Amino acid sequence: MKNVIRVGMADLNVCAHPGILTTLGLGSCVGVALYDPTTKVIGLAHIMLPTSTQAKDSTNPAKFADTAIEKLLEEMEKLGADRTKIVAKLAGGAQMFPFNNSSDMMKIGLRNVLASKKKLQELNIPVVAEDTGGNYGRTIELDSGNGRLRIKTIGHGVKEI
Amino acid sequence: MVFRIDELNSMHIDVLKEIGNVGAGNAVTALAKMLNKRIEMNVPEVKILEFREVSDILGGAEIPVIGVLLNVSGDLTGSIMFIFEINAAREIVSLLIGSQNCETEEFSELEISAIKEVGNILAGSYLSALFELTGLKTVSSVPYIAIDMAGAILSVPAIEFGKSGDKVLYIATEFSDGDTKVKGDFFLVLDVDSFETLLKVLGVVN
Repeated sequence: MKNVIRVGMADLNVCAHPGILTTLGLGSCVGVALYDPTTKVIGLAHIMLPTSTQAKDSTNPAKFADTAIEKLLEEMEKLGADRTKIVAKLAGGAQMFPFNNSSDMMKIGLRNVLASKKKLQELNIPVVAEDTGGNYGRTIELDSGNGRLRIKTIGHGVKEI
Repeated sequence: MVFRIDELNSMHIDVLKEIGNVGAGNAVTALAKMLNKRIEMNVPEVKILEFREVSDILGGAEIPVIGVLLNVSGDLTGSIMFIFEINAAREIVSLLIGSQNCETEEFSELEISAIKEVGNILAGSYLSALFELTGLKTVSSVPYIAIDMAGAILSVPAIEFGKSGDKVLYIATEFSDGDTKVKGDFFLVLDVDSFETLLKVLGVVN
């Protein structure tokens, strides 16, 4: 039986093969799914905010795109993953409520996606697939067997990337 | 002193509960009048949670719900959110504007407007009760609506807390008409600074 590990909001986890990492109900948050096809080590972070530099209190690295991705890579390396082989998939970053003002709340999803991509680019991790944006929530499951990311929604179908 | 929500003592919590009680009490009265139905509410809960616990508080992160969110500004800033299960929203709509189609999954535009208007009235009642208690003036934005997974909807106010700390504080009140048809939750989600303002006005912090 496969080991299914749940990742909460502002949380991250890694897993050696065979295993599944899942996070439920991603809204504006972004799920950063990392996979090393050579060792089948996987990692998943559920990030809430783009960057730790703007936050007043940043004790939890899993909360921010920049610090979460670094931490995730470190944890995967502890399980034997090869950083140079790791690829990334992104999901989430929706805008749940159609705010029409220009507050920060408005584009937080988009900013989370952009910050994740920027950090991954800095670290030379290619983003091989993504399912981001829109106005709906997503539940995602990352499978160590093939690195597929399964995305479930309400009213917008199920897909795999 | 920097105010931290995880350092609240039991007196602070009791005061926040009372705020939930008065606010939601007024809102429930408004809802009962609107629907011409008896609606009861439970004792408000003050929930201080780690982010990873947030998505499950309504019984599951993937449960489909309707969230009506209004931003609050003025002497206090934050947001107020009402969450209804889909069936409860249908019941409310049918009590308000007569039974529509139950065949289709989707809500019509008219039904959406009705739900938003319920949100408007509930938020207005909640905030006016808060004003009577504290003298703090607030206004609410237009209502925004989302129909989706509970976890995804609850994450919206949680993200606001994420900017200033690692915990989230909700004042939550559940209401029901007794036979679980009309059932929902209120959440008052204030910015950390506003919690401090609120507790100062009520004389429980210096």
